[in-house]
Amino acid sequence: MYRKTFLALAVSVAAALPAFAQEPVKIGLITTLSGPGGYIGQDIRDAFKLAVDMEGGKLGGAPVDLMVEDDALKPGQGKQIAERMLTNDGVKLFTGIVFSNVAGATVPDIVDAGAFYISPNAAPSNMAGKGCNENYFVVSWQNDSLHESAGQLASNLGYKSAFVLAPNYQAGKDAITGFKRYFKGKIVGELYTSLDQTDFSAEMAQIRAANPEVVFQFHPGGLGISFLRQYEQAGLLKTVPMVLAEPSLDAVTLKSIGEAAIGLNVSSHWNSDFDNPANKKFMEAWTKAYNRMPTYYASQAYDAALEIASALKATNGSLADADAFRAALRKADFQSVRGKFSFGPNQHPVQDWYALKVEKGEDGKPVLKTVGEVFKDHGDAYADQCKM
Amino acid sequence: MSLFLEQLLNGLQFGVMLFLLAAGLTLIFGIMGVINLAHGSIYMIGAYAGAYVAAQTGSFFLGVPAALVAAALVGAAMEFLVVRRLYKRDHLDQVLATFALILIFNQVVTLLFGRQPLFVSMPSLLDGAVELLPGLTYPIYRLAIILVGLLVALGLYLLINRTRIGMLVRAGSTNREMVRALGVNVGMLYTIVFGLGALLAGLAGVMAGPILAVQVGMGEQILITTFVVVVIGGVGSIRGAFVASLLLGVVDTMLRAYLPSMLRHVMIGSDADALGAGISSMGIYLLMAVVLLIRPKGLFAPNS
Repeated sequence: MYRKTFLALAVSVAAALPAFAQEPVKIGLITTLSGPGGYIGQDIRDAFKLAVDMEGGKLGGAPVDLMVEDDALKPGQGKQIAERMLTNDGVKLFTGIVFSNVAGATVPDIVDAGAFYISPNAAPSNMAGKGCNENYFVVSWQNDSLHESAGQLASNLGYKSAFVLAPNYQAGKDAITGFKRYFKGKIVGELYTSLDQTDFSAEMAQIRAANPEVVFQFHPGGLGISFLRQYEQAGLLKTVPMVLAEPSLDAVTLKSIGEAAIGLNVSSHWNSDFDNPANKKFMEAWTKAYNRMPTYYASQAYDAALEIASALKATNGSLADADAFRAALRKADFQSVRGKFSFGPNQHPVQDWYALKVEKGEDGKPVLKTVGEVFKDHGDAYADQCKM
Repeated sequence: MSLFLEQLLNGLQFGVMLFLLAAGLTLIFGIMGVINLAHGSIYMIGAYAGAYVAAQTGSFFLGVPAALVAAALVGAAMEFLVVRRLYKRDHLDQVLATFALILIFNQVVTLLFGRQPLFVSMPSLLDGAVELLPGLTYPIYRLAIILVGLLVALGLYLLINRTRIGMLVRAGSTNREMVRALGVNVGMLYTIVFGLGALLAGLAGVMAGPILAVQVGMGEQILITTFVVVVIGGVGSIRGAFVASLLLGVVDTMLRAYLPSMLRHVMIGSDADALGAGISSMGIYLLMAVVLLIRPKGLFAPNS
């Protein structure tokens, strides 16, 4: 009797609402979950999941099937996972990659197969200019913007001379180029460290000898922790202020550096204290679900999920019409946790950048506080070269 | 001038840290003939044990004995369980087994402490900098590292040259078979030497805590340089390890400090920086090549 009623009910519901009896949208989330950079992938996965969970397993009203895989920071592995998801599972929508070298190997395969890639983090310059693609969207930033905003921040703060340091590899050189593009003062010293260096005392002595007004350095992860602590111990933090881009100081590295970080200047496109409804909703849900400080990577993955949700809503959860889905993505019709957000002609963000400062929080632990604006509606240097 | 002196101190401090690691490695290699790649893991274990106890108790100085005990215990256990079976095998087996130990230790530490680097606060007693000469201020903590390193070197010198165990160690590094033939309990000697080497690595680890990032894989970063020290100093020679570590520390620091600016006199800025960074990271290996050309067994090889 009950079963019959239930069956009849189910049939009538299915008949009445055909649009809702649809296949879930498969989303391939390829990210870095192992190794020293594993905490970044963890935040990206957790934030994307959070957005899906907040809608009860849906995005934009469409049920989603989230497939998470670890690329282990190996470009080859990322490429293999993408190929498998494309051919075996028929996935048409991808996101999640943390590192530019993995993205460089994986994203071209995805977009060439006619699938979509929405980047929550990496956005190398070669894919922003001539190598842009109509199925490739970036929700985070173009890589250079991170360091351009730091250069502008140093100029805004009135510093006339800077000493710059970065590891001797591509991303390190890009960082220094980006910084120099917007820093108007004089560069009094430029040093390249080694990626496996642990002791920076020789560099500290040179900084002191050059006596610059400000230091800009890009040392991601553990390198940055060693660098900052030795900078403080050399007594330089009191005499020479420092300006950083957000990858050198996220919520996780801030915790490991401790009080040595107080007083540092950081340029960023998002901070946990942003006063807008979307961010408040995100911070509340995140804290309730995970009980830790989100990194800015988490905010980007959450935005990526909202962006996907906005397009799925517009197409009633269907990817069948790729042109319609793309047009919906381009509108970026969602409330970003960073506030204002739109896409430039190369489908990379045009957004505001902010000045943050590390201050002592209420519980005595250092926190990042937003203190001002650096750029308004900042795009990237490569948008002109993109022909779609 | 004060900048030069400061760089010299930096080199000395780096050298002393290298010596603490190299002393154990050279003894293990010289006396037992074992290539122990997992020596860097002991350094990591010392750092983690020290960081954990320091965080729990709030005192860095309680972390130091904890690190020493943890490192020595793990070292002795490693010798007893794994390395003991490798003495008679060839070097390839030793490298494979100790490399496996690196992977195991790294994974265990990841499981216990997670992927995020640990924070070790600077002991307030050693915080800050002191003015040594007018215009030359230097962090107290780094001076303390130099002092501890030199004291350890002195202690090792006395231990090796003035005690019975030291006599056996010296004899063992010169001719292992003869020591065994004379009726010495070689197994006991091996465990003591291994434990001592591990203890020194643990000391280096805990002292590195407040200046470096305590993280998984920190031992591998410094292991290669340590091997270079052992090779330059002569395998099995503590004196060689001491001279070679200080030499290497100073050469590495000086190259990083002065090479780019010297090259700027002969070429344009960005090229000079790139070339200078490249050559200075090769510097210690070039030094090793030169030493090996002149003295193929190292500077102070015991049986040369």
